[in-house]
Amino acid sequence: MAESGSGGALNRFMASTETKEQYLNAFTERRSRGSAPNPPWLNELREAGMASFASLGFPTPKAEEWKYTNLEPIAALKFSRPNGARKLISPSDLLAKGFADRDCVRLVFLNGVHAPELASLERLPEEIRLQSLAELIKGDDEFLAMQLGRYASYRRQSLVALNTAFIGDGAVLIVPPGRRLAEPIHLIYASGADGEQLVTHPRTLIFLGRGSEAKIIESYIGITGGSYFCNAVTELIAEADSIVEHCRVQRESDAGFHTGTVEARVARGAHLTAHAVTLAGSLVRNDVHVSLDGEGAECLLNGLYLGSGRQHIDNSTVIEHVKPRASSFELYKGILNDAAHGVFNGKIVVHKDAQKSDARQVNKNLLLSDDAVVNTKPQLEIHANDVKCSHGSTIGQIDPDALFYFRSRGLGLAEARRLLSAAFAADVVGRIKVGSLRRRLDEYILEKFREI
Amino acid sequence: MLDIRGLRAKVADKEILRGIDLHVGAGEVHAIMGPNGSGKSTLAHVLAGRENYQVTGGEVIYQGKDLLAMSPEMRAREGIFLAFQYPVEIPGVSTIYFLRAALNAARKHRGLDELDAMDFLTLFKEKMTLVEMDQALANRPLNEGFSGGEKKRNEILQMAVLNPTLALLDETDSGLDIDALRVVANGVNALRRADRAMIVITHYQRLLNYIVPDFVHVLFGGRIVKSGSKELALELERKGYDWLKAEVAAP
Repeated sequence: MAESGSGGALNRFMASTETKEQYLNAFTERRSRGSAPNPPWLNELREAGMASFASLGFPTPKAEEWKYTNLEPIAALKFSRPNGARKLISPSDLLAKGFADRDCVRLVFLNGVHAPELASLERLPEEIRLQSLAELIKGDDEFLAMQLGRYASYRRQSLVALNTAFIGDGAVLIVPPGRRLAEPIHLIYASGADGEQLVTHPRTLIFLGRGSEAKIIESYIGITGGSYFCNAVTELIAEADSIVEHCRVQRESDAGFHTGTVEARVARGAHLTAHAVTLAGSLVRNDVHVSLDGEGAECLLNGLYLGSGRQHIDNSTVIEHVKPRASSFELYKGILNDAAHGVFNGKIVVHKDAQKSDARQVNKNLLLSDDAVVNTKPQLEIHANDVKCSHGSTIGQIDPDALFYFRSRGLGLAEARRLLSAAFAADVVGRIKVGSLRRRLDEYILEKFREI
Repeated sequence: MLDIRGLRAKVADKEILRGIDLHVGAGEVHAIMGPNGSGKSTLAHVLAGRENYQVTGGEVIYQGKDLLAMSPEMRAREGIFLAFQYPVEIPGVSTIYFLRAALNAARKHRGLDELDAMDFLTLFKEKMTLVEMDQALANRPLNEGFSGGEKKRNEILQMAVLNPTLALLDETDSGLDIDALRVVANGVNALRRADRAMIVITHYQRLLNYIVPDFVHVLFGGRIVKSGSKELALELERKGYDWLKAEVAAP
């Protein structure tokens, strides 16, 4: 069709149009199969997601919030099927990769589908609901019908729309009012299959009732070397006066593509701590959107991204101060080696009524090589007049004074660089309140920087 | 132990050391004094291997080896220790972790077994009493938020643990109140040994009231212009450096 010099560009355009088509086709195909009768609300939600994705398409760098990240490799990925595909993995491998204890309370999903044989629910306290989404859909759960898709912005965000169109399975955690969970809950999403490219759309719903407390670890791990695309969405609702720590640890395969969205609503007096740790993946985009939707709501966003090789890692966060006297503190740190590319986009929006808001944001980057690149862009959008807001970002290299100090004590150059790189990440990791995860991350990071 | 012959060095095209000659024998304590900008700290950093100083001439023989050919870490493992005038703050690495890694690097170099955490802790606790350091500091990030006195004590603690053959103390008295000065000096004196040499760099005589040197040298304009016994330090204290400047300029 195209024969002129612009053929290449046109072909690329065609390719991404086609891939949008493959999602539409997969969607239509599933609809026509109609294997299990789904509750009408779910069908409506999926249709709405698909309609939105069909009109939005994959984001392109033309959009401001996608300026530095091109999803074309993902859009062009030909996949064999959305969700599914079994893959044998030993439980010990799975737990080691997911930084989880052997006896931790957990649900495990293989390529987006619940794997009950790998779950462990014996120590789950009564009244706490931790179930697979597919199970709840089957039972046409009333609460699920009310909450699922309520806060995820599938109308505006195409990746959320895509996930919503293919909602099938994932974890649902419901903590009733006043219940305090002492032990963390692990949700492990493992991806990868032999000999086929997969796309998965895991969906997580976390609901904390009024005055409840919980710690949740979501780990996304790769179990094969081949490429795949994991497009995850988590909705987190923290009702008034609840306290929640959410740790999202991403450790996909080196060839894995990962896009993950966390949409959190924090009500009056509630506190959310949300960690986003990115350790692997070839092309990664994390979106965190927090709405401080009640007086005195608080959030602490804590991020770490470690990039090497030709990895591309984009962290985009939006914190909305909707009601008065809410506070947010955000620290994201990146360490980039080789030709890795890091992006940080941090937006803070203070709405008109959100007087006495207190928002602080810091992004710091350590570049370990001359070819590593980082783009950092803090944004403040303030519509109230009595607020405290600050932001800052830094990009630097290992301090030569510190390096000499270490070497003058007998530590080799490589060892000194390793310890100083790990030290740069220490305050972010130190904020993780799940001790076992924190210790494993410390070890992982020290080990990782042996390579530099 | 240490022979410095005609050592010249520059930093950013400015020649700072202009022919230093110095012989230090085992068990000796040498004080190097001199006005600001005379090259005292440069000498210490060149000996420790700081890379932004460029050696342009001369040689340094340490225990029969060519010191200037060694990397900073190799010098440290061979027993050279520099107590910094401005110890660097390192958030994210605790003193105890750092020091164990450093000691084990040296032990490995000497063909000794590395110390495990328990064995190290025993040694570490013993050395902490030497500098009257609070144990809580050991688990805090290295030098971060330490007072001037705590930083200098930490340097002497590191010296005690690493057990060097040649210690270079760069303005260890600066920023210390009288109590801290006494603690630091007592720590240093306790580490004086027949097989260990020390070079004490200082601007003022007051440190030398506590750490009594065997020899005193005056560095001026990148050269050692006068050497003598500990009485020379007292003379400098009385008369200042100006008479020396005149004496050097005269011939």
